[in-house]
Amino acid sequence: MTQLVLLPVILPLLGAGLCLAFGRSARAQRIISIAVLVAVVAVAAVLLWRADTQGPQAVNVGGWPVEIGISLVADRLSALLLLVSTLVTLTVLLYSFGQGIVEFGRDTPLSVFYPTFLVLSAGVSSAFLSADLFNLFVAFEVLLVASYVLITLGGTEARVRAGTIYVIVGLISSALFLITIACVYAAAGTVNLAELPERLADLPEPTRLVLQLMLLVTFAIKAAIFPLSAWLPDSYPTAPAPVTAVFAGLLTKVGVYAIIRTQTLVFDGDALRTLLLVAAVLTMVVGILGAVAQSDIKRMLSFTLVSHIGYMLFGVALGTEAGYSGAIFYVVHHITAQTALFLVAGLIEYRTGTTQLDRLGGLARGTPVLAVLFLVPALNLAGIPPFSGFLGKLALIQAGSMPGDALAYVAVGAAVASSLLTLYAVAKAWNRAFWQPAEDEAPEGHDRRPGSMHEGQTSSSPEISSLRLPRGMALPTLALVGLSVGITFVAGPLLGITDRAATDLLERTPYIEAVLGEDR
Amino acid sequence: MTVDLALVVAIGVLVACGVTLILERSLTRILLGFVILSNGINLLFLLASGAPGRAPIIGSSDERMSDPLPQAMALTAIVITLGVTAFGLALAYRAWQLEGHDDVQDDVEDALVMRRAHDDQTSTSFDDVNAGMPDEEGVDPVDTTGGDQASTEPVTDEVKDS
Repeated sequence: MTQLVLLPVILPLLGAGLCLAFGRSARAQRIISIAVLVAVVAVAAVLLWRADTQGPQAVNVGGWPVEIGISLVADRLSALLLLVSTLVTLTVLLYSFGQGIVEFGRDTPLSVFYPTFLVLSAGVSSAFLSADLFNLFVAFEVLLVASYVLITLGGTEARVRAGTIYVIVGLISSALFLITIACVYAAAGTVNLAELPERLADLPEPTRLVLQLMLLVTFAIKAAIFPLSAWLPDSYPTAPAPVTAVFAGLLTKVGVYAIIRTQTLVFDGDALRTLLLVAAVLTMVVGILGAVAQSDIKRMLSFTLVSHIGYMLFGVALGTEAGYSGAIFYVVHHITAQTALFLVAGLIEYRTGTTQLDRLGGLARGTPVLAVLFLVPALNLAGIPPFSGFLGKLALIQAGSMPGDALAYVAVGAAVASSLLTLYAVAKAWNRAFWQPAEDEAPEGHDRRPGSMHEGQTSSSPEISSLRLPRGMALPTLALVGLSVGITFVAGPLLGITDRAATDLLERTPYIEAVLGEDR
Repeated sequence: MTVDLALVVAIGVLVACGVTLILERSLTRILLGFVILSNGINLLFLLASGAPGRAPIIGSSDERMSDPLPQAMALTAIVITLGVTAFGLALAYRAWQLEGHDDVQDDVEDALVMRRAHDDQTSTSFDDVNAGMPDEEGVDPVDTTGGDQASTEPVTDEVKDS
């Protein structure tokens, strides 16, 4: 039964191949991708249940010995993130059907969307499951290359401009990761995450610290932690709405996951406590100040994304069980809330042709549903009770006030302040887009939809179209908003799982024994 | 662990050249830099595998064989580099098709700030304290008199896009 661990990686890749084979038929591609993702969600749910009741599920791929082979492991942390990420991926896929993202003719290149989307999903799953630094690198490359394709989809000028920066940042982080892996291998003679702690313990302290810092910088670029976050708000907003949504939900979280995994399992998390706390405070504050200054919904959301990565890093930096538990809970909350917000931004763009706050207004009258759909995840993100954002922040702040040192209190203060500023930023956006009356002076001729696939098509007028929201887009968004709200209702069991996951992380032994076998 | 000086020097030169090229503006040069840098990193893997030995085939020889694992990693890295480079070249070609050059452009916001600094304007999201009413629309008095609306970031961005 442990072979189930392989499925979340294999199934999407197989599905991607099948999608390419059926490239001529959009319908076949849809059926294949839905079937694959539903199956992966089911597998992830079983994995989570098994990991929670029977301990980490480990597989040595191909039956090779651990020392030279590749291991995939699903412990509580991996399985939980896998389940949430595939659920979100599935919702975004349904949304993309609604958007008609692939109403393509035979000669357009957009039939690559579904296969690439599935490859991205395989890369994310593989990153969550891999118990081997080099396999983690390969997983990152798989998801990065898929994201390169998705972010430049259609090859328009704005996307090529934004995509170029994204690709270069990706290249540099990959090169850094490779250098780090070579150094780790040279120092320890293994890249297996379960073997590394024992081997690294024999190394001199400075060597260990250098390796730890190199890995941290690599993952910090992927997770967009200040000062390595400048690439994110510029590159995300130009992509199509489903692509931005899935990137915002998953890609940075993979970086956060890698930081959690390596800081707990491989290295001594306390060594960099001060550095991580300072980085967390700066990420929270600088990110949210950027969000406050934005006048475009998608850019504003991208900055809040950076800011809220700081919360997760805050929990990790504390290095306590409560801190890790809060951080994992926050990752789960943030994946759903942030993706939902980007999907709503896509709906606004679909409806009005823009996400510029200067040109939006009065949307609440025409589309009250949209107003609610934006407000709920926005309040969730800001941490208003009883939503899951409040519970996550509460858990982190409680964890932050436990150690009792000055820096932790500073971080708690920063967390509260950026929560307040998040509320200010999203409330400002909501007021301007939905509540206050529309400006009539929207300039003619600029009403193209930069985020839609149909470049060259213009919407009929800059005013709000009288059409209803397309059900295919609204229902998945509603489902995701419902999921993010639903976390509140399962918060007790969920916090139980994250608590046990955090205990496992700090104990290390369950993971190591699952990979290497009981006898070690 | 003994280290091969020639390899170390080669890695140093390759990485230095790679980093220098990556700092250029043109995407093609950045890609060349990335290729050179990757070659340097692949040599680093060779270095990480320790002292050289016979071909790593069990039973082929009684002498000490070299560590095959870093070689496998280097091979994987080479393949990935190939794929990414191909994508990057396609991207550079597309940029050249659209704009006539493949220079990496500034962040739209940076470009806006630079243009405003050049024109000596203030930001649209800056509310003048002395202005009579709160400026919810983000339209700065200086902007309406001095500059034209079309020069603000959102509009130019979309013009580019369309």
